[in-house]
Amino acid sequence: MTAPSPLLVVRELSVRNGSSAAARTIVDRLSFSVHAERVALVGESGSGKSLTTRAIMGLLPAPLMASAAELRFDATNLLELGPRDWAVLRGSRLALVLQDPRHALNPVQSVGHQLDEMVRLHGAYSRAERRERIEAMLQAVGLTVRVLGLLPQQLSGGIGQRVVLAMMLLNGPQLLIADEPTSALDVALRDQVLELICELVSTRGMGLLLISHDLQQVARYCDRALVMYSGRIVDECAAAALPHSTHPYTRALWSCRPSGRTYGTELPVLDPNWQIEEPG
Amino acid sequence: MSADSAARRFGVAVLIAWLLLGVMAPWLAPYNPLLQRIADRLQPASALHWLGTDGLGRDVLSRLIYGARPTLGLVVLVGALMVPIGLTLGILAGYCGGWIDRVLSGTTNIVMAFPQLVLALAFVGLLGPGLVHAAFALVLTGWPAYARLARVETQQLRRSDYIAAAQMLGIVGPRLLFGHVLPACIPAMRVRLALDMAGIILAAAALGFLGLAERPPTPEWGSMVADGGKVVFDQWWLATAPGAAILLVSLAFNCLADAPREQADGV
Amino acid sequence: MPTWSIMTASRNSLAALRIVVRALIGLTLTLLALLIVTFGLAKLSPIDPALARVGDHASRSTYLQMRHELGLDASWPVQLLRYVQQLAHGDLGISLSTGQPVEQDLRRVLPATAELATLAMSVGAAVGLALALLAARYAGRASDLLIRFIALLGNSIPVFWLGLVALFVFYARLHWVGGPGRLDDAYEYTIDMPSGFVIVDAWRSGIPGALSSALSHLVLPVLILAGYAIGNVTRLTRTALLNEMHQEYVMLARAKGAGELRVLLHHVLPNAAGLILTVLALTYANLLQGAVLVETVFARPGLGRYLTTALFAGDAPAILGATLLIGLCFVIVNGVTDLLVRLADPRVQ
Repeated sequence: MTAPSPLLVVRELSVRNGSSAAARTIVDRLSFSVHAERVALVGESGSGKSLTTRAIMGLLPAPLMASAAELRFDATNLLELGPRDWAVLRGSRLALVLQDPRHALNPVQSVGHQLDEMVRLHGAYSRAERRERIEAMLQAVGLTVRVLGLLPQQLSGGIGQRVVLAMMLLNGPQLLIADEPTSALDVALRDQVLELICELVSTRGMGLLLISHDLQQVARYCDRALVMYSGRIVDECAAAALPHSTHPYTRALWSCRPSGRTYGTELPVLDPNWQIEEPG
Repeated sequence: MSADSAARRFGVAVLIAWLLLGVMAPWLAPYNPLLQRIADRLQPASALHWLGTDGLGRDVLSRLIYGARPTLGLVVLVGALMVPIGLTLGILAGYCGGWIDRVLSGTTNIVMAFPQLVLALAFVGLLGPGLVHAAFALVLTGWPAYARLARVETQQLRRSDYIAAAQMLGIVGPRLLFGHVLPACIPAMRVRLALDMAGIILAAAALGFLGLAERPPTPEWGSMVADGGKVVFDQWWLATAPGAAILLVSLAFNCLADAPREQADGV
Repeated sequence: MPTWSIMTASRNSLAALRIVVRALIGLTLTLLALLIVTFGLAKLSPIDPALARVGDHASRSTYLQMRHELGLDASWPVQLLRYVQQLAHGDLGISLSTGQPVEQDLRRVLPATAELATLAMSVGAAVGLALALLAARYAGRASDLLIRFIALLGNSIPVFWLGLVALFVFYARLHWVGGPGRLDDAYEYTIDMPSGFVIVDAWRSGIPGALSSALSHLVLPVLILAGYAIGNVTRLTRTALLNEMHQEYVMLARAKGAGELRVLLHHVLPNAAGLILTVLALTYANLLQGAVLVETVFARPGLGRYLTTALFAGDAPAILGATLLIGLCFVIVNGVTDLLVRLADPRVQ
């Protein structure tokens, strides 16, 4: 039995601050692949997780530049895409969800208008067809049509993130990249939204690339975890195996989250003898 | 070298040259700018007179060099008054809050709606010619911009830990305001000042053009353009030279104003 | 067209009313302040209005009587009150040079300036906005640098000098456009000017060649004044657009699959609209000031030239009247724009 081909193949992806030889390397020769599964990219702030997602989507801001030996999404070579090809790909087969829904939506347009735009960008449908699609999607994320007339600033965090999710999934993408989708939400909502994401992803046979700094969350909801540090992947394991990882950095990340149990104990620190290995 | 830093260097170079011309005029000008030689009037550029002579036979180059002075003086005078007044009022408004803030902000909003050039004209027209009178108008309409930017910076800082830390160290009152809050206002102030100076140069030149600046025969670039304007169809260089000088200096200030802002744009 | 502005305004009509009232109060206070400044100027001026009216050879008693007539022997607060009262009735005094009531003079010259400023603003706004959009779209590249340089130049050129040079090149040497004045001499005295707008009057006069003469005399002043506007509009609009383009929702719009043009026009522009409108309005107000110089250089009748003529003549009532009128326009344009921006932006509510 042949293994199903991966949705996303990343080989030796680097992100540099400029094109000269002296440019600083922020992401250093990253290699991984994503099938129709839930993969998490974890690490501390500044490890380069977010920039990796931007590089995959072709959305790196000006001075930053990406280079890779291979960057493939399904059968499409992402390294060779022109602006028009990107516009066709993004939002239809590849979707992105960010951290703060309040900043992700256009402040002066209603939710309904923005959802409608998403459908119109990738196909010619009649008004009734678009409306049907939008309503079905809203139902799937647990919202009513009431949100259609609201402005982004009138949405609470949880509802806002559901709106963004609905918007990004309207065209049935194959891969969803979620960059810290719950970090800006109340703790009580985080599990709810992440469960929703996982449910949607599995019922539609999608792949998920989740960016998070919360290892406990990743262990609960994802299949595989890639641990990043300083622009490199330093550890890779099944998500369920995270609590028992033997890698020093992964162990440090796992145990550094304070909770009721750790109250009063000393803060764990990284083993000073630990060195980053060169990627093989 | 990026275009921005090239522009900035150009601006600084021109301004230094302008400063030198103004200050060192007596040593740099080849002739006495007031010396009239009617027999040699309206001569084109030559070895003797690098920019020719004007309608009264005066050397244009020398008048150009000396002409740097009135605008230089005005720029310094206006800047020295407008910036301290504006910053102080703005910092006070931002720091004290309450009714002080409301009164000062209201005043700022009101004065910002005044037409600067026209008021400068009115001041000069009613109080008498001279760039000093124009300076009053320019200072009056100029300080609000600095008050506003100082107020915004001060308000942001007030809530910041930076100020709280200073206060915990026992730094309060004027020393806090001027030693710690003021430096934060400097970057925005520099941009605004450069922009304003560009405008002041043009305003002063406009006043000179209308004959309302210095009393003749003192050389001043704007009035030189006006004089040259009378004979522009034949001796075009008389109006072109001082106009180009005004353009260069104003451009220099604008370059200084633009450059750091473009960098802040992240482009 | 998004209906958010209508939706939110009707939903918050009380808040809107509050904003309007506050704006009106601000407007009134600003006008009062302007009045006080002009009043103060008149009082501090060495020009003696009574002396100017009666002349140097009048007797002392005539002089004193004139002083009394003009109310100059009252205390300053009383004079200020009379000043405000007179202004409320539209009485701006008698011009010392023309002998006419100042408001009559102003009413005669205002249309010409309005015509010039509006034409220049239309050209300036259209070109300026287009350039800014181009510059924002290709930010950092060669076309952006070029546009920025053009804007920089536009902000640095002395308008009166440019006018002179343009007259020299395009009128005296190339004969492409008309020269000083609003019409060729042949038409100058044969056309009635009931509306004060030279285009309208020349067209309606029916005299052949009058309209084209009017237009050819307008080309240079309009273009030069427009250039003055383009510098400001381009630079400030570009900054506003770029600031919006760095926001996260813009990146997400691209992630949705929107092309650059759509992003610029449908997402960035509506969000920057408030700022851009403010820029346009302020530029229009500034054009009124630029018109002062352009009218003088091109010898066109208008508010600006009226002011400069009055300045040379030391005609205090005329100077004050013109200053007040321009100041009034300035204040109103500023105030109305501010009000509109506040009302239209759903984020402010």
